[in-house]
Amino acid sequence: MKSLNRVLVILLAVGMLVGCAFSGFAAPAPKVGIVFDIGGLGDQSFNDSAYVGLQRLANELGHGTRYVESNTPSDYEPNLASLAREGYDVVWGIGFLMADAVQKVAKQFPNTKFGIIDHGYSEEEYRAIPNVLGILYKEHEGSFLVGVLAALTTQTNTVGFVGGMDIPVIHRFEAGYKAGVWKTNPKMNVIVNYSGVFDDPGKGKSVADSMFRGRKADVVFHAAGSTGIGVIRAAEDHGKWAIGVDSDQNHLAPNNVLNSMIKRVDVGVFEGTKMLLKPGFTGRTVVLGLRENAVGLAPEKSNRASASATAKALEWAKIIARGEYVVPEFPADADKLYKK
Amino acid sequence: MSMNSKSKAWWRELLVPVVAVLVGLAIGAVFMLFTGANPLDAYRALLSGCFGSPVNLSETIVYVTPLICTGLSIAVAFRAGLFNIGAEGQMIVGMLASAIVGYALTGLPRIIHLPLTILSGMVAGGLWAAVPGYLKARFGVHEVVNSIMMNYIALYFSHYLVNGPIKDPNLASPYSPEIADAAKLWRFVGGHGSEFRVNSGIIIAIVAAILIYRLLYKTTKGYEIRAVGLNPEAARYAGIDVSTAMARSMLIAGSMAGLAGAIQVCGIQYKFLDLFAFEGFGFDGIAVALLAKGNPYGILAAASLFGVLNRGSQMMQLLARVPKETAGIIQASVVFLVAAEGIVEGWLPIRRMAKLDVAGKEETR
Amino acid sequence: MGKPQSVPVLEMRGITKQFPGVLANDHVDFRLNKGGIHALLGENGAGKTTLMKILYGLYQADEGTVLVDGKDVSIQEPNDAISLGIGMVHQHFMLIPPFTVAENLVLGAEPRKHGIFMDMESAIAKANEISEAYGLAIDPHAKVMDISVGMQQRVEILKALLRGAEILVLDEPTAVLTPQEVVELFEIMRNLTEQGKSIIFISHKLKEVLDISDHVTVLRRGKSIGTVATPETSQQELARMMVGRDVELVVEKGPASPDESILDVDALHVLDHRQLPAVRGVSFSVRAGEILGIAGVDGNGQSELVEAITGMRRPASGRVMINGCDVTGVPPRQVFESGVVHIPSDRQRHGLILDFTVAENMILQTYYKAPFSRRGELDWETIHTEARRLIEQFDVRTPSEKVAAGSLSGGNQQKVIVARELSREPELIVAAQPTRGLDVGAIEFVHRKLIEARDDGKAVLLVSLELDEIMALADRIAVIYEGEIVGIVDPDTVTEEELGLMMAGAMRGPQPKAAGGESR
Repeated sequence: MKSLNRVLVILLAVGMLVGCAFSGFAAPAPKVGIVFDIGGLGDQSFNDSAYVGLQRLANELGHGTRYVESNTPSDYEPNLASLAREGYDVVWGIGFLMADAVQKVAKQFPNTKFGIIDHGYSEEEYRAIPNVLGILYKEHEGSFLVGVLAALTTQTNTVGFVGGMDIPVIHRFEAGYKAGVWKTNPKMNVIVNYSGVFDDPGKGKSVADSMFRGRKADVVFHAAGSTGIGVIRAAEDHGKWAIGVDSDQNHLAPNNVLNSMIKRVDVGVFEGTKMLLKPGFTGRTVVLGLRENAVGLAPEKSNRASASATAKALEWAKIIARGEYVVPEFPADADKLYKK
Repeated sequence: MSMNSKSKAWWRELLVPVVAVLVGLAIGAVFMLFTGANPLDAYRALLSGCFGSPVNLSETIVYVTPLICTGLSIAVAFRAGLFNIGAEGQMIVGMLASAIVGYALTGLPRIIHLPLTILSGMVAGGLWAAVPGYLKARFGVHEVVNSIMMNYIALYFSHYLVNGPIKDPNLASPYSPEIADAAKLWRFVGGHGSEFRVNSGIIIAIVAAILIYRLLYKTTKGYEIRAVGLNPEAARYAGIDVSTAMARSMLIAGSMAGLAGAIQVCGIQYKFLDLFAFEGFGFDGIAVALLAKGNPYGILAAASLFGVLNRGSQMMQLLARVPKETAGIIQASVVFLVAAEGIVEGWLPIRRMAKLDVAGKEETR
Repeated sequence: MGKPQSVPVLEMRGITKQFPGVLANDHVDFRLNKGGIHALLGENGAGKTTLMKILYGLYQADEGTVLVDGKDVSIQEPNDAISLGIGMVHQHFMLIPPFTVAENLVLGAEPRKHGIFMDMESAIAKANEISEAYGLAIDPHAKVMDISVGMQQRVEILKALLRGAEILVLDEPTAVLTPQEVVELFEIMRNLTEQGKSIIFISHKLKEVLDISDHVTVLRRGKSIGTVATPETSQQELARMMVGRDVELVVEKGPASPDESILDVDALHVLDHRQLPAVRGVSFSVRAGEILGIAGVDGNGQSELVEAITGMRRPASGRVMINGCDVTGVPPRQVFESGVVHIPSDRQRHGLILDFTVAENMILQTYYKAPFSRRGELDWETIHTEARRLIEQFDVRTPSEKVAAGSLSGGNQQKVIVARELSREPELIVAAQPTRGLDVGAIEFVHRKLIEARDDGKAVLLVSLELDEIMALADRIAVIYEGEIVGIVDPDTVTEEELGLMMAGAMRGPQPKAAGGESR
C-alpha cells in the first residue's frame, strides 16, 4: 500500500523535470527564521508584532528572513529543526509554548543561535544550551499603565480583565492591571475571567458580554490573543471600552478601544537577533520593560483616554522606568492593594 | 473467476483514492497560483521536505505514526457503527498516563518500564472512550456529543494537571518531568536526543494495524463488532449482545488513540507538554479512516498520505513560501472526493461496470 | 371513451439488454392494448423489472424498438417517459413522509404564489380535483407518514395520473398490501381502465394475475415464453410457463403424527413498542411433528408474539416453555441454545446482514461455536466449506459464498436464511411469513422444507398473513385477533369463510385451554 506515496513521488519527480532550475535562497547577510505558534499570523497582536520585528531585520539590516506557521504543537520541534537545517543563523521560537522544543533543537544544532520570546531558562539549563537567548517582558509594567487609564475612565467603578489561559505570563498582565487600577482607586471592582483559550473570539465575546451587561463593567482589558478580538467586538456592541494587548489594536474598533498595552515583541526579536549575532554570545535571559521601551501604551493617535488620565499614566511610566515603584508581578501581591 | 474478480476489485478500490489524491493536488495547485505561489516549487518542496534526506524521511515517519493509531481508533469504532470523535481526548489522556507512569516510576528495567508506560496510555485512552461507550450502550446517549465533551474535559484536565500536580517544579514552563530513560522508545539513529526522531513507535503502530485487522476479520469478537455495525437489529436477532459489542469496540478504539499518545510521549516528547489547543491527530484520524474506508491496511497508506501532507504543509512554507492553508485544502479536497466517491467514480469507466455487475446479479439470480 | 379492442397503445419489439455475463432481456416482445390490464409474470430475476426500466428510461436497450400509439419513440430518461404519458409506481414508494398528501402530489410541479411561495390552497384544490376525477378518495391534509400503505400507494398512482400518465406501470403493487387493500386496489385499477387508462401489472402471484388481468405475458430467464389471454389459462399453466416445469402449488403432505409438546405458551401478555398491549393472554402449544399455523390480519399481535417467543421482546407476563424449560424473557441466544430456530418475517431487517457475505451470514448464530471458531478465532476455511455445502443443499443461486448477501435476489436471500436456520438441527422452528415476496418456485421450495422438517419430528410454528399458505401447511390453525387467540381449528374441516370471519373478529371458534379469557 505504499503505492500512494510512490504515486506522489513519481508525480513530483515529473514536476521537477518539467520545472525550471532550482531557485536557492542564498543571501549574503545572516539569515533569520521564526516559527510561530499555532495562533499564527493575523492574530493582530503577539505573532503579528514578532513579524514586524522580522521585517525590520530584513529592511534595516538586510537579513534574509523566513517564517513558518505551525499547525499543531507537534510542529514546533520539526519546524525549528528544519530552519536550523536549512542554514538559518538565528532561529526564533515565538512564545513560551516552544520552550521545550527550542531547548531540544538547540542541543542538536549547537552552531545555530536560537531565541525564544516569553521564556527564560535556568542557569543550569543555559550551560547545556549556550546558544539560546530567552526574552521576558515586564508585562505588569505596561498593564499597570492601562490599569491607571481604566480606573480614570470608568463611570461605574467596575472594570474587567479577560485572560487567555490561566498561566504565569498572563498572571503578570492581571497583576499589573489590578495594581494600576487600585493605585488609582483602591475601592474599585475588578472582575477577572480566564477564558481558557487563546484562539476563540466567540468565547471572548460571550465572556465580555456578561461583564458589560450583567456586571456593569465599562472598561475591559484583555490578554487573550485572538480570543480578545471577541472582547473588542463586545465593547463595540455595548458602546463600552476595551483595552487591546500586544499590538496597537485601535483599528479593530477605533471608538471603543481605549488604548492598548503594547508588548514590543518586535523589539525583542530585533534587538535579540543583534545580541545573538554578537561574537562571544552566551546563553542568558533578557528582561525587557518600560525602561527598554519594550512595553507601554499605544501611540497618541490610538489613545482615546482623557488628557488628564493620559497625563497621569505617563507620570507613572516615568516613575516605574526610574525604578521608583516596583509593579507587582503576581496577582496575589496586587490583591493586597485592594481596600473594601 | 473469484480470484479474478478479487484482484479487479483491489485495483478498483485503489483507483478512487489515487485519483482523489491527484485531483486534490491539482486543486491545491490552483489555489497556489491564486495566491501567487509556484505550485511546482511547492510540490518540489513537499517532496524534498518529506523524502529528500534521511532526516526528512525520519520526520515524515514521525508525522505518520500517531495518525496510524488514531485512524485505527476511528475505524474500530466505525466498524461497530459508532463515530468516535473523541480520539483527540483519548490521545490526551493516553499522553498524560504515559508521562506520569514514565516519570513517576524509577529504577525499573526497560523490559518492564517501557511496556508498562505504553500500556498505561492505552488503558487510559480505553477507559476514557469507555465512558461514552457505556453511556451509549446503557442509555442510548449519542456517542458523538459525549465524546466531544470528553475531549474538552481531557484538554482542561491535562492543563490543570500539568500546571499543578504533575508540573516539573524545576521548570518555568508547564511541563511534566521527563520520563525515565527506561520508558523511552528506541530511536533508530543516535539515541534519545537525536535529531533523527523516528523511533520504534512506527513498528508498534504497524503491528497495531495488523492486530486490528486480525481482530476484525479473524476473531469472533470482531465478527460481532462488524455485525453490530452493519445491522444492529439483525445482530440482536442472532443473539449477539449489541451493547457489549459496542462498548468493546469503543474500549479498543480508545486504547488505539491512547497508544498514539503513548508513542508521542515515549518516542518524541519524553514528557507531557501543556496543550493550548487540540493537536488534531484525533480529528485527522477521522479523515484517515474515511480515506481508508475503515480498512486497517488502508489506514497505513492513508495515514502516510496525511502525514506527508501535514509535514509537507510546514516544508512548503519553509522552502517555498506557500501558505500553510494549502495542505489543508489538498487534504480537504482528497477527503471530499473520497467521501463523495460517486464523483470520482463518475469520471472513471469503472463506475458503469461496477453498477452493471450488481444490476446483472439482481436481474438474473 | 369506449373500449376499443386490440389497439396497441404501447408496443415493445425485440428488446434486448445485455449486462456483463447476463442476458437480462432476450428479444422480448410486448404489446399493451388501450384500456387493458396486461400482467407481466415471471420469477424474481426473470427480467420483468429490466424491461420496465427500459420502458421508463432508467436503462437503455441494446436492441429493439419502443412504439407508443404506433409511433417509434426514444426514451432516454424518465422525463421522456413521463412526457409520453408513461407513469410508474415503484415497489418502494418515492414519497416524502413528513409532507402532506397534497404536498407530495404536487412535488416537483408546485403551484406558486408570488413567485416563491408554495400555493397550498391550489395544491389542495388540485389534489381534490384529481382524486374525484378518478374516484380515488384521499385526505389531502394528512401527512404521508400517518396514512396506511394502501393509501400511500394511491398517492403514488395519483401522482402519476397528475403528470398525465395514460399508461401506468405498477411494479408488484400487491406485495405490500393487506388482502382488503388488494381488493380495493383492483377496484381502482378497473375504474382506471374504464376511463381509458392502460395498465401493466407486474406480479408473480398467479391468483392475482388471474383475477385482474386480461392478458398475461410470461418471462423466464430474460425470454418471453408467451402471451395468453387470461380467461383461457389456469394457475397450473402459468406456473409451468414461469418455472419451466410442473410446480406443486400446494405441496403434498401426509397426515401429521404429533408427539409430545415442544413449545408451550401460557397466558402470555406482550406490549408493543409504544407500550400498548399487543398480545393479550395467549396460550397454545406446538407438538413435535406438527405445524401450528397462526392466521390473522397483519398487526394483530403476530410479530410481538414471535418476538416474545424468540427472546427479542420481553413479555409483560405469562410463560414460554421450550421442552419443559422456562425461557420466558431470556435473551435470544439462550432461546436458540434450547433448540429454537427463527425465520424472521423481515429478512433484510433481521434475517440477514446484507453487507456480510453469504458465508458470514450462514454463521450468524453459530460463529462462536466449534467448528466455526476455536478460542475466539474464526476458522474461515470451515466456514466457507460449510457455506458451500448449504448453498448446494438448499439450491441458493449465488456466484459464490463470498458475495454480499445483499446482491442476491429476494428469493435466494430467503433461501440463505432457511438454509441457516434449518441446518441448526432445531426442535422448534418459528417461521414468520417465510415466503413473503417469493415466487412460486421458491415458495414450493420453502413449503417442502417446512413439511420435511415436520415429518422429521420437528415442531413448527408458522405465522403467515397468506391464508392459502396456512391452509396448505398447517395441521392446526390458531386464529389471532387483536392479540387474542379466538379459536384453534382443524384446516380439514374449517371453511375459508369461517376463517375470514374469525380473522375479522366476527366469530369465535373452539378455544384452547384457558386462553382468550381476557377482555380488553
